[in-house]
Amino acid sequence: MLMRNALGVLAVAGTLAFAGSAAAQDKIKIGVSYPTPTHAWAAGMNWHAEQAEKRLEELYPDVDLILVNSPDPGAQASALEDLVSVHQIDALVVLPFESEPLTDPVMNVKESGAWITVVDRGLSQPGIEDLYVAGNNPELGRVSAKYMKSRLKEGDNIVILRGIPTVIDNERFDAFMEEIEGSGINVLDHKHANWNRDDGFEVMQDFLSRFPDIDAVWAQDDDIAVGVVAALKQAGRDGDGMFVVGGAGMKEIIKGIMDGDELIPVDVLYPPAMIATAMDATVAAFKSNGPVAGRYILGATLITRENAESYYFPDSPF
Amino acid sequence: MTTASGDSAAKAARRSSIDFKTLGPALALLLLCIIGFLLNPSFVSEGNLTNLLTRSAFIGIIAVGATFVITAGGIDLSVGSMAAAIAGVMIIVMNSAVETFGAGVPTVLLGCGVAIILGIGAGWINGALTTKGKIEAFIVTLGTMGIYRSLVTYFADGGTLSLDFNIRGTYRPVYYETFLGLPFPVWVFIAVAICGWLLLNRTAFGRYCTAIGSNEAVAKYSAINVDRVKTLTYIIQGLCVSFATIIYVPRLGSASASTGVLWELEAIAAVIIGGTVLKGGYGRVGGTILGALILTTIGNILNFTDMISNYLNGTMQGLIIIVAVLLQRSDWKLGKSGKA
Repeated sequence: MLMRNALGVLAVAGTLAFAGSAAAQDKIKIGVSYPTPTHAWAAGMNWHAEQAEKRLEELYPDVDLILVNSPDPGAQASALEDLVSVHQIDALVVLPFESEPLTDPVMNVKESGAWITVVDRGLSQPGIEDLYVAGNNPELGRVSAKYMKSRLKEGDNIVILRGIPTVIDNERFDAFMEEIEGSGINVLDHKHANWNRDDGFEVMQDFLSRFPDIDAVWAQDDDIAVGVVAALKQAGRDGDGMFVVGGAGMKEIIKGIMDGDELIPVDVLYPPAMIATAMDATVAAFKSNGPVAGRYILGATLITRENAESYYFPDSPF
Repeated sequence: MTTASGDSAAKAARRSSIDFKTLGPALALLLLCIIGFLLNPSFVSEGNLTNLLTRSAFIGIIAVGATFVITAGGIDLSVGSMAAAIAGVMIIVMNSAVETFGAGVPTVLLGCGVAIILGIGAGWINGALTTKGKIEAFIVTLGTMGIYRSLVTYFADGGTLSLDFNIRGTYRPVYYETFLGLPFPVWVFIAVAICGWLLLNRTAFGRYCTAIGSNEAVAKYSAINVDRVKTLTYIIQGLCVSFATIIYVPRLGSASASTGVLWELEAIAAVIIGGTVLKGGYGRVGGTILGALILTTIGNILNFTDMISNYLNGTMQGLIIIVAVLLQRSDWKLGKSGKA
């Protein structure tokens, strides 16, 4: 009796599994895996991923995008396993939490035969991904430095608020310093403000107490820039011609640029929307008649009052 | 056993030089200020000192609450997340109250009221779960730490909650304006510190906290309502977190998942630097305040110099904290007799 029941269950399950895999074969399944949005930039990325999912599934009814976010590298590795075993994906778009721990799990997905797109942070071994989509960290530093040079003259002073000590931060900072070298602009000091508003506020307060003459601030990131502006206003030094250059493309900052804010006149793009670019390109790998594989490096565009409108997404959380 | 070593250590300190033990944190702070001045004379400028005091207010106020929890033998790891969650709810409530009450003082008062109720509620939950639920305080508050942090992430949709621009105009002075030359947050800090000192040193409640922290079983046999007193320490902690949040929100008018990260550890560090015993049974509000000032001053000084590599900031902070605590251990020299 028990035996027969068990067999029955097995049979039903088998039929279901078969039906499932048959249906799956009709659709192109693309898994999209990224870190859980716990800060503003990642929340923006999540929003853009959801928008792209809606848009692409409407455009191509036979494409199924599966978005998964994970709170840590271990959970992301498990999520990748599930995408292969449960969903049997044909392609993977992955923004790795960290390069090292995610390299093997992504390689396993590759071995299942799936197309691999890696976003933003590279893997620690070359040749796994078919397509690499990323912002340009050194370019972000260079573009910021070029703007500084265009506004400042020899002997002018700037201070720098850096992010969290990481490879990304070093790439931005080194490129900035290389570009600014020889221009005669003095970098008074640089400190880590960890890409958040509170630290931006406190580090800038201390810079203002310490240096009576600052002509510009490179805040490297829009969240830091918000804190910097608050500190400038508190000290009453927001009116003496100082300007702040952030980065990333936060909607409030872009709005300010559109409205002609003099304190933050420009922004340098490091868009959370790059995940959408990666999803578009991955779908194109199945739908386009042109080749897709390779590297897709987004420009670190200088956002000014003239072009700000095309980078403004009022509904995004970032 | 805890009582024995705690008491004898205290006695040894009293015998040898009570002043050195009390003055330890003060000496450390003075030393830091001298270093700061030598690095750059503008360290002692009025602006910088005001910034320092105002910044210390957040950790300081929270640490006064933590002094009670730790003195009574407990621990609260949830304060940083609690501050972020309260800040988030305050902002949501005030933003939605604009239509009904306008962007004036009533809306701000409503926000503050909500903050105080939430702080008391959150403290009561921590306290009740620890005493009635009989779960280790470390576990309870580790749990609520995760809960509050994810709540603020959820409220903010992963991004940042921003206060309505019009309310910001009304609320902003609470952080930025001064009264008799001192910013409002510093006044709140002073008020909380005085109340905390009186409560711990001049009331029966304070003595109960110390007694429970020394030996809970003995306290129970001495007819102290242990559960109620312990729960009250968590409620005081929650209330302190609300006060800190009320003066924190007008600073940048925003809250996100990165608000208040590691505040719990800074508050505990301030308490310990100030001479309170982590195991409970001996607490000092005055020391806690010096501890909070020391922590803020370290950060300030590191921003005033470019001699130390940016990457070693954490090392310098750690070293100074350890040296500050060493400075007040007058008993480790006469050691053996005190250790018994």
